[in-house]
Amino acid sequence: MASEQDKLLEEVTNREYQYGFHSDIEMDVLPKGLNEEVIREISRRKQEPEFLLEFRLEAYRNWLKMESPDWAHLKIPEIDFQDMIYYAAPKKKPQLNSMDEVDPELRATFDKLGIPLDEQKVLAGVAVDAIIDSVSVKTTFRETLAEKGIIFCSFSEAAREYPDLVKKYLGSVVPPGDNFFAALNSAVFSDGSFVFIPKGVRCPMELSSYFRINTMNTGQFERTLIVAEDDSYVSYLEGCTAPMRDENQLHAAVVEIVTLDRAEVKYSTVQNWYPGNKEGKGGIYNFVTKRGICKGDYSKISWTQVETGSAITWKYPSCVLMGNNTVGEFYSVALTNNYQQADTGTKMIHLGKNTRSLIVSKGISAGKSQNSYRGLVKVSKKADNARNFSQCDSLLLGDKCGAHTFPYLEINNPSAKVEHEATTSKIGEDQIFYCNQRGIDTEDAVGLIVNGYVKEVINQLPMEFAVEAQKLLQISLEGSVG
Amino acid sequence: MQLSEHDIALQRLFAENRELIEKDAAPEVNAAREGAMEAFSKLGIPSSKVEAYKYTNLQAWFKAGYTQAYGLNGATSEALKQFECNVHELDSYTLFTVNGKFVAGSNVEALPDGVEAGSFAELSKKHPELLKRYYGSLAKVEEDGFVALNTLFATDGIFIYVPKGKVVEKPIQVVNVLTGEQDLMVNQRNLIVVEEQAQARVLFCDHTMSMSRFVVNTVTEGHVAESAMLDFYNLQNQHNGTVQVGAYHFDQETRSLLNANYFTLHTGVARNNIFSRLGGPHAENHISGLYVIDKNQHVDNFSFINHAVPDCESNELFKGVMDDASTGAFTGRIFVAPDAQRTNAYQSNNNLLLTENAKMNTRPQLEIYADDVKCSHGATVGQLDEHAMFYLRARGISKEEANILLMYAFAYEVIEKIQVPALKEQIRELVEKRFRGELDKCDSCVVCGQLGTGRVKSE
Amino acid sequence: MLKIRNLHAKIEGKEILRGIDLDVKAGEIHAIMGPNGSGKSTLASVLAGNEAFEVVEGSVEFNGKDLLDLSPEDRAREGFFLSFQYPVEIPGVSMTNFMRTALNEQKKYRGEAPLSASDFLKLMRDRKQLVDIDSDLTNRSVNEGFSGGEKKKNEIFQMAMLDPKLAILDETDSGLDIDALRIVANGVNKLRRPDNATILITHYQRLLDHIVPDFVHVLYKGKIVKSAGKELAYELEKNGYDWIKKEME
Ligand SMILES: Nc1ncnc2c1ncn2[C@@H]1O[C@H](COP(=O)(O)OP(=O)(O)OP(=O)(O)O)[C@@H](O)[C@H]1O
Ligand SMILES: [Mg+2]
Repeated sequence: MASEQDKLLEEVTNREYQYGFHSDIEMDVLPKGLNEEVIREISRRKQEPEFLLEFRLEAYRNWLKMESPDWAHLKIPEIDFQDMIYYAAPKKKPQLNSMDEVDPELRATFDKLGIPLDEQKVLAGVAVDAIIDSVSVKTTFRETLAEKGIIFCSFSEAAREYPDLVKKYLGSVVPPGDNFFAALNSAVFSDGSFVFIPKGVRCPMELSSYFRINTMNTGQFERTLIVAEDDSYVSYLEGCTAPMRDENQLHAAVVEIVTLDRAEVKYSTVQNWYPGNKEGKGGIYNFVTKRGICKGDYSKISWTQVETGSAITWKYPSCVLMGNNTVGEFYSVALTNNYQQADTGTKMIHLGKNTRSLIVSKGISAGKSQNSYRGLVKVSKKADNARNFSQCDSLLLGDKCGAHTFPYLEINNPSAKVEHEATTSKIGEDQIFYCNQRGIDTEDAVGLIVNGYVKEVINQLPMEFAVEAQKLLQISLEGSVG
Repeated sequence: MQLSEHDIALQRLFAENRELIEKDAAPEVNAAREGAMEAFSKLGIPSSKVEAYKYTNLQAWFKAGYTQAYGLNGATSEALKQFECNVHELDSYTLFTVNGKFVAGSNVEALPDGVEAGSFAELSKKHPELLKRYYGSLAKVEEDGFVALNTLFATDGIFIYVPKGKVVEKPIQVVNVLTGEQDLMVNQRNLIVVEEQAQARVLFCDHTMSMSRFVVNTVTEGHVAESAMLDFYNLQNQHNGTVQVGAYHFDQETRSLLNANYFTLHTGVARNNIFSRLGGPHAENHISGLYVIDKNQHVDNFSFINHAVPDCESNELFKGVMDDASTGAFTGRIFVAPDAQRTNAYQSNNNLLLTENAKMNTRPQLEIYADDVKCSHGATVGQLDEHAMFYLRARGISKEEANILLMYAFAYEVIEKIQVPALKEQIRELVEKRFRGELDKCDSCVVCGQLGTGRVKSE
Repeated sequence: MLKIRNLHAKIEGKEILRGIDLDVKAGEIHAIMGPNGSGKSTLASVLAGNEAFEVVEGSVEFNGKDLLDLSPEDRAREGFFLSFQYPVEIPGVSMTNFMRTALNEQKKYRGEAPLSASDFLKLMRDRKQLVDIDSDLTNRSVNEGFSGGEKKKNEIFQMAMLDPKLAILDETDSGLDIDALRIVANGVNKLRRPDNATILITHYQRLLDHIVPDFVHVLYKGKIVKSAGKELAYELEKNGYDWIKKEME
């Protein structure tokens, strides 16, 4: 049996990355390198208001004083930040009025990715903001949303059209000097999505952004800001892919979420950046800062992520539970294979009274990969009656990979109830045998079991994404685990 | 790393007193000081920026201002006259240290043939082959500034040697007493070697007998050879002017069994560094701890269980009750090396916070590089189970009484692990009394039933 | 002995008991039946003083005292006993220590002297015989690792030890094998006296074959919707609750 599994795992290793094509779109590119001038130029090209330039420069000055974090369970090769392009935009003007104006090559790219840009063809119910090399190229369904007062547009546009909102919330959750990669993002971010849900509005459809890195040697630094006013609700999805290249490319995004009284934001990610080849060459470095603040009482932020791509993932979507009776959730599936490394988890910071958080993390490691969960649950002195439950499981497929769990529980209030559980194991042979006995072959059995293992997380995803995520996991484990 | 002024002062202190320190020590022990010096000049006393010491800052305590205990520092074995350690019915071989120096043994002549238990300074010279083989083999100077500091200053402590096949039935009780009029820094060094098929039970009782401040940095290395068994207990019952870093480094060979239990019933600041390396197949260990603290006490149990080879099992259980403004910390790392297949490793850490000023930080960690493993950890911080509470009250038991019963029940799981019945009974009683408030929490020698020496005024 | 008037209780904002009236006199046996989730255990919990439930309205008098005013432990000491539907496991608390504590606190409350160790052990032995419980069980921690049936027997044993004036047995019959059922029923019958009373919460007639109730009540949606003699239980056994639900609509 062991050898059979080895064989199956071998096959996993040989899977190709199916989104690894490259598109020849005419790009407007700034020269390599980073300095204040580059930052000013980015800001100029984007016709940004003054405060944004100031924000960038402050962040840049912070960043210069910072060092790349080394505490994660990751081996990160030295990154040459001067050998990188910080701005690349499709040449055709990014402001498009109809689909016909979109560069046909670009359209073809998104068609290949299966992303519905054309509103006629769109599956009803998903509004999309497509971002290629950090520039938003097309946002669909804007008018429908606008009727309800919902703003869903590219970040650059928001900066121009809603400067007050942007000024009020940008950096309020992830300050420009927060950490090395967030500071870098704050200095050079080129675009991203902006979402604003006004008081009392339930967003009638899923909002979604697709990210695509295309140009060589480009870093992608998008910035997403979601603000949900009192009693509002939105579900936001993001997906991402990149071409196959031998060099590593950097993706350092920042996502900020603010929820006011009784608002709820659900943020789902299916991350499928190019993971590098089976020798570990190439792939995206995914160093992302995601954080939400439940500012208003009874508000809720829920993160769901399915992480299958990237050569290195460094990512801790977090919730600051500031209002009373607020809720934070984190559901995660992280699958690593070949030489991938992931160090991901969450932080739940309990500040308000009666705050609750839930963490469900499912790691799957295969090949020679390293997969770590890292999390912090902090209950501050004033946070009476805080509740947290964390379940962090790791599944090992193969004997050359690693699975690690590093939770931190810092409890400063006696009324807190905090429970953390973690298990690490391989798939039970008795479970496989049970399936075999019912006529299911080992391959399917492993698939079934893995599916069951991640179900709790997948169930959190909106329907379309759940299907996609399941497919992704299947592809990643095809030939070995269904 | 930049050394602090205190680190530099400690280095100077060593240089100035080197002759005195080396005078009675074995050549190997003196030889090791070179490496220790180099390591210490790199590491210094770790600050709380060092990840392993994140929750306990010891830099504030380890200063050269304290008198180093090179000898008895005025305290004589007279001090022991007033000290009758009476764990009820505990029939044991007893060794005494005062301020890190071995002073006397009682009943040791009755030890089985070939078994040695006594002064580290003396026995290390008598058994150079053991010293050469084991000294510093587990507690590596380059890995921890405290080990480096200890290796630099170590002169004496306890040496226990149980040769092949010898079974020591009765516990060997080591009473470590801190006393004297002066504030002291103590670097005690212990070595325990249990050879193939041998068995021993060792009990370390740590006490304070005077109101001076004590800063203690103890290193104990314990080797458990093939098919051997070591049952180890540490009872810490020191006044609140004590700061103790206790490092316990164990390694285990094939089919060996280690039980290590740490009871912290009273202290000032206590940090236990517990390392255990399962180095031969089918080795097994059970490591547990109970800390019941109040006032401003601080207890940090740091453990690292290293599954270096396949087919081993480890079980770890630490429980704590934090009252008043006390703070607890726990770090437990389970490491499973590549190819250490069929590992079973379990760990749990449960805590009760009794007041709004009590705090707990816990970090259970799994680092796993083999796939055929069953590993789990769990950690909880909370209060007593409300369902159990209601059940007890519904039977007519008052809230206060139910509280005590349930706190005791909480601690019970750890107490149950004690393999020496008389000791278990003693601890059981003490813990229950402790919860009832019938013991003066500040009595310095709760474990051995001594009268308190009062509290050291807090700084 | 027990007088419940217009009792309303909520949990997490949800009203579960919606106006219960019930009188129990010394010497009587009452049975309360009703569909799952109708509030039977809630009633028992509220009477025992479980703070998870909030009494919003109504009164309960127990031997002339305001029961709702008493802490759970004082209710127990006044002679109120609840046999839990789901007894809690309390690892680390031995049955012996637990029972001795409970009994002596009761004695203290009543101004009686505590039992000597030997008297206590004698009582334990005696009561164990009465309910035919294994010695082994009383040597263990409270309910820890007990099977479902053993837990129920243990509840009856505790009842025998504490000798309550009013006992509520919440589905003490479920999970019992036929012999255990008889043992439990015998225990209850043996403990029955003219000055005490019992309320049985049950789903099955079979318990009532052994312990014959004077009254049978049906609890439905938080109210007692029907009360009659023992024949009502037969009717329910035969026809289920549908006809009552229909009557209610
Ligand atoms: N702790 C709780 N939190 C929320 N709802 C509860 C709680 N306890 C009980 N309830 C609800 O109260 C209602 C009554 O429950 P109860 O346990 O009293 O029913 P029951 O009549 O005893 O049912 P059964 O015959 O199944 O034992 C149910 O709807 C139940 O879900
Ligand atoms: Mg019920």
